[in-house]
Amino acid sequence: MNTNIQNPTKQTAQTFLLSIPDMVLKLFIKVGVLPFFLVGALIIFSLLSSQFLSVQNLTNVARQSVYLVLVSLGQMIVLITGGFDLAVGTAIALTSVVSATAMVALASMFPDYVWLVIILGFIAGFGAAALIGSLNGIGVAQFGVSPFIMTLGVQSVGAGIALFITGGVPVSGLPYEFGNLFGFGRIFGVPVPVLVAILSIIVMWLIMNRTKFGAHIYAVGGNIRAAHLSGVDTKRTLFFSYLVCALLASLAGLLLTARVESGETNLGGTIALESIAACVIAGVSLRGGIGRVENVVLGAFFIVLVQNGMNLTQVGSYMQMILLGSLLILAVILDQYRYRKIVGER
Amino acid sequence: MSNIQTPLVEMKNISKQFPGVKALDGVDFTLMPGEVHVLFGENGAGKSTLISILSGVYQPSEGTVEISGKRVDFRSVHDATDAGIGTVFQEFSLVPTLTVFENVYLGNELKRGLFIDRSAMAKGAQKLFEDLGFELNVRQRVSKLSRAEQQMVEIAKAFHSKADILILDEPTASLTERETEKLFSFITNAKENGVGIIYISHRIHEFEKIADRITILRDGQLIETVAAKGTSEAHLIELMTGRAIGDVYPKIKRQPKGEVVLSLRDVHAWGVNGVSLDVRAGEVLGVAGLVGSAKSRVWRSVVGLQPVKSGSVKLKGIDVTNAKTRKLIQNGLFYLPPDRKNEGLQLSATSRDNLNLSILNRSEIVGRVGLLSPNKKKQLADKIGKRVGLSETYFNKTVSTLSGGNQQKVLFGKGFGEERDIYILDEPTVGVDMGTRAALYRLIKEIAESGKAVVVISSDLSEVMNLSHRLLVFSNGKIAAELTGNDVTEETVLKHFFAELRATA
Repeated sequence: MNTNIQNPTKQTAQTFLLSIPDMVLKLFIKVGVLPFFLVGALIIFSLLSSQFLSVQNLTNVARQSVYLVLVSLGQMIVLITGGFDLAVGTAIALTSVVSATAMVALASMFPDYVWLVIILGFIAGFGAAALIGSLNGIGVAQFGVSPFIMTLGVQSVGAGIALFITGGVPVSGLPYEFGNLFGFGRIFGVPVPVLVAILSIIVMWLIMNRTKFGAHIYAVGGNIRAAHLSGVDTKRTLFFSYLVCALLASLAGLLLTARVESGETNLGGTIALESIAACVIAGVSLRGGIGRVENVVLGAFFIVLVQNGMNLTQVGSYMQMILLGSLLILAVILDQYRYRKIVGER
Repeated sequence: MSNIQTPLVEMKNISKQFPGVKALDGVDFTLMPGEVHVLFGENGAGKSTLISILSGVYQPSEGTVEISGKRVDFRSVHDATDAGIGTVFQEFSLVPTLTVFENVYLGNELKRGLFIDRSAMAKGAQKLFEDLGFELNVRQRVSKLSRAEQQMVEIAKAFHSKADILILDEPTASLTERETEKLFSFITNAKENGVGIIYISHRIHEFEKIADRITILRDGQLIETVAAKGTSEAHLIELMTGRAIGDVYPKIKRQPKGEVVLSLRDVHAWGVNGVSLDVRAGEVLGVAGLVGSAKSRVWRSVVGLQPVKSGSVKLKGIDVTNAKTRKLIQNGLFYLPPDRKNEGLQLSATSRDNLNLSILNRSEIVGRVGLLSPNKKKQLADKIGKRVGLSETYFNKTVSTLSGGNQQKVLFGKGFGEERDIYILDEPTVGVDMGTRAALYRLIKEIAESGKAVVVISSDLSEVMNLSHRLLVFSNGKIAAELTGNDVTEETVLKHFFAELRATA
């Protein structure tokens, strides 16, 4: 009996002593690796460069991160279903050349209806990406091809088509209004691409947290067989996940096209790796079933922040590739550890 | 057996803690040379954990293991094999794409110079099988073998590694009578050579033939070790369950002449050779049979997990042969899969999220502007959680950290997400402790007495025998017998297990 009374005090003393590393571990398991990386990056870069924390630079980072945020949101959906999409870069490139080619062709036909031309250009771009997404979706959902092979193959197919259309030459001569609004425009002082991104984030958050489709995506990734036995249409869910992913990449592609004012086949070259890195760093599990919109936005922001910081501190672009790749691997190792802690050792 | 002999195995005060559950709590266990020592207990009592520790799969949280008097500390299965422990697990550890002899020699292949000597290995394996009295072509791929044959390969593999401690986990679960006899004569033989055998089985009538001692585990604790001779079946069951049989299984009132809810006519499917049956509202239909008898497969065909080749399935009078699983679920069928980890639950999600998945079609959870309301979802899921007796502290916990019993409660809860007419429960209490089982049985009683049709498929004979109003025994893809009332005895059921096999042999 006596020992029973003494034990609690001893325990509190112990937990108090252990509390700091314990709390860090708990925080890590709860939120993942991102907050630690973000704090680390902020400290390192603000020490190395005085410009880094300036309002102007951070606004710049926000504007630059729009494209990666959009693609990462799409990548997140696919990752949560337990797959991944290596064809996001192709979706961007194809969107770019198809929408640009369409706009250039239509502009010569209807020179007086520039907004109609732009709208049709958007539709053509989305259509091209929808094709990419549908191919991925059908392959993975209907034929059970592994997402790795399917999206890798489609990535090559799409890149080939984009090069075939343009012959490798950038498509120029886009309507001035297109670049002016979607590339450089501002509404109430906020850059249009940022507004588009904010809107997309809100819509995606609602989809993932407030709709059946969102719940089904989590269920399919958590355990596809259990989802099937719970009455979820797993094939449909998978298909639409890849479609939505391609459409989000397409949106990023249109904004990028507006920014560079031409249709280019080499847009989005490294974005597959970057978007996967952003998601994984933001705690999206590669095993599926786990991931949150708000974290992914921060994850994408973090990647661009690191790139920006490295540019400011004059880290060479080759070195940047090495660091970014290493960061991804480190994040995955930490993710494995975290997953085991969440799901248990068994 | 003399007292001076050193035990082959001496496990002292073994405990094993898993996240959220203590699987073993201070268990002692000894095995003498030339002894067959039975481990007996419910699913989830800790038998598998104990042998997993002995065979190096898990490390104990507390306690010591001695082999032939020497303290050991197994870090891997390999360590245990080196110490002479051969294990035949329930889940086979064979590589299906390799041949029988390649599996037998896996890890210690015979070599001639730099190369593997395939013909010598095949010869060696052939001789091994002959010595054991098994007939098998050792050049076949393992994937082509039946479950019973795979079991033989496992046993041969354990023997090949010169084990003097052999662990057999439910070895007869998928064997025919004849194969079982062979296994027993082989065990007797091994005993004479001083091999110690740890034998796990639920089949009490086997014990008197081969066992020397029986250790009973319950909820991770050692209850008693008794001599096999002179211990009655009733006493064993009482030791295992910790209570008289009547306290566990509730009496379920049967509704007279319920309507037919589900009806199968001459259904053929993979492993199913013509099954016709009716399930009526308000009854509990029990289904028993060996692994591979189609007792489970026929229902998997019904719910669309494997195709029906011919015949018809009707749900409430409407033809649903080969209908999509989700259509059946939308039309009032609930299927509880036998493997909750692989097919039942979202392991990385919380209990609440798991329950949420079953209520997504309910109109109550839709808030303004057509989006789902998290509060309403939570209220509904919590109501279901309470109904199945899940403690509120677990609502927001990740399912994988819960004990088997609590996981099973969540899985049952998914059946209450919507109004259903028929509940097909495949192994409803596998790996669940006794207290939770009684609670789940009460839920089954509630469901049946509210006028729903319930099908209970189980390898646990006492479970199906005590719960069901009507018991179907499956054998070799067909219904071998339909038993009611006083005909439902373990003896008759077991007899029918092999009925079709005997007829075809």
